[in-house]
Amino acid sequence: MINKKVQNVEEALRDIKDGMTIMLGGFGLSGIPENSIAELVKKGTTNLTCISNNAGVDDFGLGLLLQKKQIKKMISSYVGENAEFERQMLSGELDVELTPQGTLAEKCRAAQAGIPAFYTPAGYGTEVAEGKEAREFNGKMHILEEAYKADFAIVKAWKGDEAGNLIFKGTARNFNSCMAGAATITVAEVEELVPAGELDPNQIHIPGIFVKRIFKGEKYEKRIEQRTTRKRN
Amino acid sequence: MALGKEQIAKRIAKEVKDGYFVNLGIGIPTLVANYVREDISVEFQSENGVLGMGPFPYEGEEDADVINAGKQTITTLPGASFFDSAMSFGMIRGQHVDLTILGAMEVAENGDIANWKIPGKMVKGMGGAMDLVASAENIIVAMMHVNKAGESKLLKRCSLPLTGVGCVKKIVTELAVLEIVPEGFKLLERAPGVTVEDIKNATEGTLIVEGDIPEMVID
Repeated sequence: MINKKVQNVEEALRDIKDGMTIMLGGFGLSGIPENSIAELVKKGTTNLTCISNNAGVDDFGLGLLLQKKQIKKMISSYVGENAEFERQMLSGELDVELTPQGTLAEKCRAAQAGIPAFYTPAGYGTEVAEGKEAREFNGKMHILEEAYKADFAIVKAWKGDEAGNLIFKGTARNFNSCMAGAATITVAEVEELVPAGELDPNQIHIPGIFVKRIFKGEKYEKRIEQRTTRKRN
Repeated sequence: MALGKEQIAKRIAKEVKDGYFVNLGIGIPTLVANYVREDISVEFQSENGVLGMGPFPYEGEEDADVINAGKQTITTLPGASFFDSAMSFGMIRGQHVDLTILGAMEVAENGDIANWKIPGKMVKGMGGAMDLVASAENIIVAMMHVNKAGESKLLKRCSLPLTGVGCVKKIVTELAVLEIVPEGFKLLERAPGVTVEDIKNATEGTLIVEGDIPEMVID
């Protein structure tokens, strides 16, 4: 077994530097690497390019990095939850690349899987297609999209073992499993970290080969963005 | 009488057929799930990675790890599954999802749709909408026929940045049910008490009226 365990978030993110490109998992606030984001705020790393489906809310998730103006460029599909984001974008302080969600996921997966580029119908005929090669397949137009190149991928899983194997829970899997292994260094933070051998190999979602460092997150707030319930009869 | 949002959702629910996998967008489309007939089998997909979505959880049973694409807490039904975002959009692009219902700011008579950006004013992003409209064979748009200023949102050409081209098949508004045909918006049904003239006045694009137009039946 090749041991991927590091002691804490400081060690996991020790060599993240200003100006790097970082992928961060999560959909809305679900499945975001909370402990790593807190560490980036603490370290004060700046000029970051962040690839993340969303940009958090004003006071949680990537919103914390936006508040401190640590992000130079955001690559996302939907940012409507964050007023500070919208302000920075409309004022030109923040560079933003909006990408269709399925394309964003596939650009991560392609990077993970060693595919340099792929064709997708999403965005054909829209602003997204500007400057991109278009080609017809089976009577339908597609555009060429390239895999992301990132320095770090930071993902969050439910359970992990020292070999870096990951298991996700519910819809918190989202972009986390697409980003694992899609950057030079992949860091996984997990709610529960167990010795190798304790997780059933049949149940692993992401094999440890895609993970360079794994640590147990100190605490998880797991904030709910839209708490919706129904009454009991 | 123009329809309310719940009634638009009720009318669209009639388009959901037995055996369909359905993706519901945010807003009115989300309400459709409440009105699908109980005697048919339908599974709802949410693009953040769940198939087999159930109703909202009971108070106290919310799980931050189980949400829909609107970031709302949800439950799952027997037979449900979770998956990652790449696989989710594989289902969508691969046309395994039978029906997509989503909202729009504008629709044009050639089937173009705009729903993600108002330049200089509002930029929330396209989320999964571009992937959905570029891929789905069957797209129904739930929208208001006119904006708050009374201007038509069913146009000859969209004025806002597009989400997709030539993709919309059917539209349900507070006034009418319409189908996109090569010649324009074909009027299929009127909201109860709404006249063909009312709909003509609210439609900037070419409206095609053939024969008597029935009223919608909304139970």
